[in-house]
Amino acid sequence: MKRTAMTTTYREAMREAIREALQRDDRVFLMGEDVGAYGGCFAVSLGLLEEFGPERIRDTPLSEAGFVGAGIGAALGGMRPIIEIMTVNFSLLALDQIMNNAATLSHMSGGQFSVPVVIRMTTGAGRQLAAQHSHSLEGWYAHIPGLRILAPATVADARGMLWTALTDPDPVLIFEHGSLYNTSGELGDDAGAVDIDTAAIRRPGADVSLITYGGTLPTVLEAATQLMKEGIDAEVLDLRTLRPLDDSAILATVARTHRAVVVDEGWRSGSISAEISARITEAAFFDLDAPVGRVCSAEVPLPYAKHLEQAALPSVARVIAAAREAVGQHG
Amino acid sequence: MNPERAERAERAAARIRSNPEHARRLLHQMLRVRRFEEKCVELYSAAKIRGFMHVYIGEEAVAAGVLATLEPGDAVVATYREHGHALLHGVAAGAILAEMYGFEQGCCHGRGGSMHLFDAATRFFGGNAIVAGGLPVAVGLALADKMTGRSRVTVCFFGEGAVAEGEFHESLNLAALWQLPVLFCCENNLYAMGTALGRSESQTDLALKAASYEIPAWPVDGMDVLAVEEAARRAVSAVRAGSGPHFLELRTYRFRAHSMYDPERYREKAEVSQWLERDPIDLLRGAVEAAGELSETQWSEVQAQVDAEVQAAVDFAEAGTLEPVEELTRHVYTDRAATDLDATDRDATDRKRP
Repeated sequence: MKRTAMTTTYREAMREAIREALQRDDRVFLMGEDVGAYGGCFAVSLGLLEEFGPERIRDTPLSEAGFVGAGIGAALGGMRPIIEIMTVNFSLLALDQIMNNAATLSHMSGGQFSVPVVIRMTTGAGRQLAAQHSHSLEGWYAHIPGLRILAPATVADARGMLWTALTDPDPVLIFEHGSLYNTSGELGDDAGAVDIDTAAIRRPGADVSLITYGGTLPTVLEAATQLMKEGIDAEVLDLRTLRPLDDSAILATVARTHRAVVVDEGWRSGSISAEISARITEAAFFDLDAPVGRVCSAEVPLPYAKHLEQAALPSVARVIAAAREAVGQHG
Repeated sequence: MNPERAERAERAAARIRSNPEHARRLLHQMLRVRRFEEKCVELYSAAKIRGFMHVYIGEEAVAAGVLATLEPGDAVVATYREHGHALLHGVAAGAILAEMYGFEQGCCHGRGGSMHLFDAATRFFGGNAIVAGGLPVAVGLALADKMTGRSRVTVCFFGEGAVAEGEFHESLNLAALWQLPVLFCCENNLYAMGTALGRSESQTDLALKAASYEIPAWPVDGMDVLAVEEAARRAVSAVRAGSGPHFLELRTYRFRAHSMYDPERYREKAEVSQWLERDPIDLLRGAVEAAGELSETQWSEVQAQVDAEVQAAVDFAEAGTLEPVEELTRHVYTDRAATDLDATDRDATDRKRP
């Protein structure tokens, strides 16, 4: 088959993934706040109501615990729901259902029940939305056994992760960084499902491993481009899946470069970056030529003012500084 | 006897005479729960059962009356006080007791314990120890049935304490908004652990709260199993016929402490004694006897059957074995090898029987 590539946005790729899932499996439906008539808070589901109707593009009241729990129940009842939550901060209203039901039912029932639900939500900062719309809590969710945590950072992953997540018998949470929706990339017209088990090297390099995921991938790639100009050849590892972590990919890149910097928009304390750093020191301590570095968000509720918000977030400059530190060059 | 009571007694007698076998069966069902729970208390005291355990003694008419109206395939979602619901919905007494012993032969291999009984074969979805946490799940089970055109009913039991939780309101609203086939059964035993209803709710008429969501709702004497069954039959058949969610407030009382750790400082002994006079088992037994439909021999037979079942359950549990520790992390995620990922599993509940 002749393969043609076209430019598409992350938003369009996600919409196409939802459309394909709805077409392929009549058990799939999308449910959430303003997914239908409004077209989705971030316009991801725009047009799907007209195409699939209100039963399968199901607008809900502002009841995060109610509709997330209903998604869990529908999954137990044989459906394959895609639940959309507007932002990760709102998902805390549904944390009881996610933590106490979705994550526990398989084990607590002795393996009798699976919960094949997919929960999508926006995460991250950068749009001056302040402290109740901007946090990066995917690391918290990655703490919970029973869940699978995905963070698509590319158009191809936005297009391909959803279907694979829907075929997973267990609950999968997909974190979509709000700054990525307008990013674009090339996508083949045969683009489809991708694996959700492995990390991916987005840029090979020899001098330092920059380990990241989701919304900070573009930042890290830009930093790597600039670092190359000063002779530092950085490898960029996109984790893609935060639970379970692809330990072998993390250890393999460290074994190649002997230096690692973890870039995570979450807070530093008790974070997924801390977990990755710990795993590297536990399993690859003698491969390391420098301490593991970390670039995280400042430990503040994210502020509104643009200059303060930007100062709180991982930036190209901070990634470059951390990489220089790791390779022993101090600018 | 006041005229209202007399009339009610006469109606009950007529119902019993019209189907004495069924009345004796309800008596049998309630006694199964009573004796099972008494045995659980004994075994808890003997340290065979640990963790938190909540018994249903006094409330048997609720589960017995409601569950008598269900059909195979209907789903049940219950709370942490759910031994009786599991038993009457068809989960084997031995598997329930072995679960409380923490043994592999338990209905959840000892992963859940007293508060988390599950059974895929009978569609018994727990066993939920987060107050009101089961309601959204019940709504979702009903949503799946509605979307696939199945005429099944989901029954969701919860205590009156759940009414104060946000999930209660979110769930009733969703169920009513989408006209889902779910029956909400509020077991109002007057105390959320130690907090009396009047100390936690500004509006103590719980059926009124449900009615505010446009859900047909009515209170029922939860100590009268015939009344419970009558109300539940009406509600279940309306739900099954597509009339949307219904709500029953079942006014009942737990005769025992909240859990095995409860010194019961929050209620008067006189109040308990008063409710003991309305023991649901004594009430039905008296009514069936008065109707001339329960001989001493029949009553002895019922008791003997129940005692034998409970003894067999104890024997089963006592013979149980521990799951190997190597299995500790099994089932955190579904066993992929055992799962057909090719979208052939049309119903999750049919696919994962142990």
